[in-house]
Amino acid sequence: MDSNIEQPEKPVISKGIDGFFKDIYNIFSFIARIFAEAFKRPIEVREVIRQCFQVGYKSLALITMTGFITGLVFTKQSRPSLSEFGATSWLPSLIAIAVIRALAPLVTALICAGKVGSGIGAELASMRVTEQIDAMEVSAINPFKFLVVTRVMATTISIPILVAYTGLVGLLGSFLDIHLNEQTSFISFFQEAFKNIYFLDFITTGIKAVVFGFTIGVVSCYQGYHATQGTQGVGKAANISVVISMFLIFLEEVFIVQIANSIR
Amino acid sequence: MKSFTPEINMNEKVIDIHNLYKSFGSNHVLRGIDIDVHKGENVVVLGRSGTGKSVLIKIIAGLLKPDSGSVNVLGQEVDKLDNVALRELRLKVGFCFQNGALYDSMTVGENLAFPLKRNTPNITHAQVKRMVTVVLEAVGLAKTVDQMPSELSGGQRKRIGIARTLILRPDIMLYDEPTAGLDPITCTEINNLINEVQRRFHTSSIIITHDLTCAKDTGDKIVVMKEGKFVKRGTFDEVFTTQDDLIKEFYDYNFIQ
Ligand SMILES: Nc1ncnc2c1ncn2[C@@H]1O[C@H](COP(=O)(O)OP(=O)(O)O)[C@@H](O)[C@H]1O
Ligand SMILES: [Mg+2]
Repeated sequence: MDSNIEQPEKPVISKGIDGFFKDIYNIFSFIARIFAEAFKRPIEVREVIRQCFQVGYKSLALITMTGFITGLVFTKQSRPSLSEFGATSWLPSLIAIAVIRALAPLVTALICAGKVGSGIGAELASMRVTEQIDAMEVSAINPFKFLVVTRVMATTISIPILVAYTGLVGLLGSFLDIHLNEQTSFISFFQEAFKNIYFLDFITTGIKAVVFGFTIGVVSCYQGYHATQGTQGVGKAANISVVISMFLIFLEEVFIVQIANSIR
Repeated sequence: MKSFTPEINMNEKVIDIHNLYKSFGSNHVLRGIDIDVHKGENVVVLGRSGTGKSVLIKIIAGLLKPDSGSVNVLGQEVDKLDNVALRELRLKVGFCFQNGALYDSMTVGENLAFPLKRNTPNITHAQVKRMVTVVLEAVGLAKTVDQMPSELSGGQRKRIGIARTLILRPDIMLYDEPTAGLDPITCTEINNLINEVQRRFHTSSIIITHDLTCAKDTGDKIVVMKEGKFVKRGTFDEVFTTQDDLIKEFYDYNFIQ
């Protein structure tokens, strides 16, 4: 019954504004339904694990490269200004703060929004327009639970893991550059790096990662699950998933950083 | 005409719809539909594209909610069922989608096993395999078990769609345009398959089509739908002997096709 969102006949305010509020309402009921069905038995453990692998598999190569280069380039770019003050020994700690607090979650989330979000959006949309979702429903399978809940769980679980991985790779990139230029050893690089990282940093980054993962999952599943307009809708769902996810990721980033800074 | 006389129990209605209305916004799709299907009967709903045929069977399968009217399937009001009861009912109502709607990330075998495994949690691997073989043989495609849906032809996809529906042993089959987009020979094969399913699995069916041959070959009763209403009903001969503009329109339409 949820499968087809029907448009109201007469607008209350104007068509655009009505549509906006209807979308917001629909998204919140979508999220509420995810929570309601996530805890219903049986939990689709196998499908969640399979989807987690999909998320990792799709984004790992790109994330490795981007994370490594981000760390490396950021180090190279920061060195001149620090060396003016003779403070290149601060490099590891500066880079670690940048990578762990900001770059790792943001880079990972943006890449996953592009790779994973568009993939989920397109996959579910094509299942919708070729009636595969209806086919599940009529054979007494709950497509929402099997397709949506598992994918949202998978992005929410795997993106934090990927963020940790990106952070590590980014620091390795930075280490490579610092090792070549300042001959810092591996141990002392990491000792320096984590000197100014506090528990709160890990917590905020962890929360960010979970929020970003959930956002990507919800946005792309919503777009895919409610796709219309035949095959055209598939491309549209993929595209909109990426745009909206990225937009929300930036908003959430600002919001979470504000909260974290007020606690600090 | 049909090659056999089906056993129809005129005293038992499996689908009974009264005064059904359904609109999408200002698009009034169904405007007072009445239809009944008896046990063992194949009812063909004939109508041009966009008249709301798919909407009608989606309401019967509980995919869409009616605006008003009663939709009684196997003795239950579909739109008033809770989730559990609706699930139970759906196991007894098979729905064959227009293009098969096969899960394209799974092989043919997995497509067939999927609904079975999900709905019978304690089933053994061997049992699943046996059931898959039975339905695949019923549709004559046993050798495709390891193929992906993308490797199949249009007609094969539809047959696998029918097999996937049959694996749950439904009492009612709903066919959405089973012959659309197929060449005449494949159409005949599908029509024969629909009759074979009726004979062998004792199903009652609603077959939606705009194809006269399909209507003639598979229907025990025909209803003609136009602009959200039924305008004619009876056996194929009863409906198509009348010199009616509407029927003529249909002949022309099929001729052009
Ligand atoms: N989920 C939906 N939301 C809005 N309009 C729909 C929906 N499903 C069908 N319609 C509209 O209902 C009408 C009948 O569609 P349909 O039942 O698919 O026709 P057909 O007889 O060719 O199967 C069409 O005008 C279509 O646009
Ligand atoms: Mg249709």
